[in-house]
Amino acid sequence: MEITGAQALIKSLEMQSVEVMFGLPGGAILPVYDPIIDSSIRHILVRHEQGAGHMAEGYAQVTGRPGVAMATSGPGATNVVTPLADAFMDSIPLVVVTGQVPTTSIGTDAFQESDITGITMGITKHNWLITKAEDIPRVVSEAFHVATTGRPGPVLIDIPKDVAQSTMEWYWPTPDDLDLPGYRPVREGDPALVREAAELLLAAERPVIYAGGGILKSRASAALLELAERTGIPVVTTLMARGCFPDSHPLCLGMPGMHGTYTAVTAMQKSDLLIALGSRFDDRVTGQVGSFAAGARVIHVDVDPAELNKVRRADVAIAGDCRLVIEEMLAALDALGLPHSADTQATPGGSPADAPTGAPAEAGSMAAGLPRERLAPWRARLAEWQERFPLVYNQPEDGSALKPQFVIEQLRDATPEDTIVASGVGQHQMFASQWWRFDHPYTWVNSGGLGTMGFAVPAAIGAKVGRPDKMVWAVDGDGCFQMTAQELVTASAEQIPVKIAILNNAYLGMVRQWQEMFYEERYSEVYLSPDLPDYVGWAESMGCVGIRVEDPADVAGAIDKANQINDRPVVIDFRTDASEKVFPMVAAGSSNDDIMVDPSLENRSRA
Amino acid sequence: MTSESMTSRHHTLTVLVENKPAVLARVASLFSRRAYNIFSLAVAPTDDPRFSRITIVVDVDESPLEQVIKQLDKLIPVVSIRELSAEGSCQRELLLATVEVGDARSELDTLLGEHKGAVVDEGQGRVTVSVAGAPDDLDRIEARLGSFGIVELQRTGRIALPRLA
Repeated sequence: MEITGAQALIKSLEMQSVEVMFGLPGGAILPVYDPIIDSSIRHILVRHEQGAGHMAEGYAQVTGRPGVAMATSGPGATNVVTPLADAFMDSIPLVVVTGQVPTTSIGTDAFQESDITGITMGITKHNWLITKAEDIPRVVSEAFHVATTGRPGPVLIDIPKDVAQSTMEWYWPTPDDLDLPGYRPVREGDPALVREAAELLLAAERPVIYAGGGILKSRASAALLELAERTGIPVVTTLMARGCFPDSHPLCLGMPGMHGTYTAVTAMQKSDLLIALGSRFDDRVTGQVGSFAAGARVIHVDVDPAELNKVRRADVAIAGDCRLVIEEMLAALDALGLPHSADTQATPGGSPADAPTGAPAEAGSMAAGLPRERLAPWRARLAEWQERFPLVYNQPEDGSALKPQFVIEQLRDATPEDTIVASGVGQHQMFASQWWRFDHPYTWVNSGGLGTMGFAVPAAIGAKVGRPDKMVWAVDGDGCFQMTAQELVTASAEQIPVKIAILNNAYLGMVRQWQEMFYEERYSEVYLSPDLPDYVGWAESMGCVGIRVEDPADVAGAIDKANQINDRPVVIDFRTDASEKVFPMVAAGSSNDDIMVDPSLENRSRA
Repeated sequence: MTSESMTSRHHTLTVLVENKPAVLARVASLFSRRAYNIFSLAVAPTDDPRFSRITIVVDVDESPLEQVIKQLDKLIPVVSIRELSAEGSCQRELLLATVEVGDARSELDTLLGEHKGAVVDEGQGRVTVSVAGAPDDLDRIEARLGSFGIVELQRTGRIALPRLA
């Protein structure tokens, strides 16, 4: 069957079971947009290509399927650069298709020409410039394979206009037809190393599981839960991993890092064994690397061998898929005689009194004793820290200020517990991560590694498209909102009922916080104004319901109202207290030992 | 270049890559982005037209070397990477030099004779010579050519294959 390259491309996307794509047409991609009319794939017309990329990311994060975005050449393609860089940092599977000027014009500085494969070389897992229509089905297959296997990531396919217009004989490649001789993602871990890791697990006195985004990418939440419960080892969940282990679980210590909980940060500092699962020792987690968890041995499991020994040398470095390696570890623990979780009910970390007192009957077979028993003093210490250094804020009852943390708590308590939360980047993101209770995987969508302001609105839209059955809230800042808010037009036009909570403190809040703390309160270029723009008027002009809340007493009512609206997007402009800062905090480059707690807790004695 | 080629920071990697457009750009972009130093580079297709071989001499300490290799391996068109030690491999470079020969032609011929070099061009009192050899040998030859007066000099990147035994 002879078809055009454009038809072959759309047919190839259909063969990959793509159900939706996000994009905006233009000159060079025109031929590809024609067969979209006849395709089963839903195309969502965005208002800016950056929105398409972030929507595809949000979609991918909540569904686990690759997100697909499409843009034309030149500025269309360069507008997708930020989402590609974002997805590359956070290992999100994306397939971005860009139009290119005809092959005969490449290199001539033609209208809307840009070297997008050159530009995106360092921010994609791989990219392709297609030069022959007959390559399209094979390259699309390769692109989806590369994006979704191993460490997931974004890929880009650049299609010159004449290639899309020329014809080819349709075929669909088998896996053997893929031409990727240098691509061999790892899967299982080395059994000898897994056994070594299991032995370390059983011998540790102060172990901590340092769970990262790789747990979510490898669908390993259930395996992680079993590992934690069987061993009684407490878990920290990084910003990229929030929800991979339930916040309400007694073994959960919350988020580590620059704005992590005191207990999560300090547990890692004092631990004698860090079990890093799909995490990468990011500088926002480690603080000053030399003093990070200085007394800990390290087991590091990652599907990307290059992450092993990159920042911190591991005592046991296992290249492998997190889920498979955790399952292998559980089998190794069986072989070492560790009883199943039925016999080792996890001990609540809530209070030292909950620590187990009597040793289980079958403990005799294990020389070192059951981890659960041995870890009791460690968990008692953690529980003490949790009690002494909880997350705190003070919502004045006189209504003089609306605290952002209060808004998050009200939102958390008024929405279903499996609500998907998307966020931008800054104070609001940290407040959301700290004060939400993530009890389900794939309910937290944010820009972790790249820190992309403006991520929340389009990512929430993509998430809602992927999971229309779930309530989706974006928690955004006023600075972030202004970067990509126009995508709410897309949401209105396509009837995607997302809800946006703007924590409007009229500042670039995180920058303001740093200027207050580290630049002698010299506020340089951070004031934004609470009224310009008029967020309610703007929201309404984009087809959304707009609500303004200034009084703490009105918060719950506004949220209830928003929760009942399902036929259009809702934007709530919460006027929050600009002086509120995110604590705890580890100053950039400082040691995690020097964590600053909320000023109201400063006098309490440390670990 | 002289005298540096044997420092412990120099590691010779032989990298088999797919013979596809922009592969060298991907390798170069990776080195630039991650701030790794390339000391020398040689690229050419292999006997199998599907693949090219890149010989890279990287200028790094041992521990970043592990990262260099792992990051290179992540590039999709990179098929295999092998580090070649000086002892475990045959390494060659080619040197071309134009020298002021003056009345010292016979000394130059002796030098070339000792190292299987050749005169490839001459005129206006100058001679262009070519010598192939192991990098250290070329360092020494380069130094001796200096005594004649070097007008221009060009050395290739190193190429290398593992020793047979």
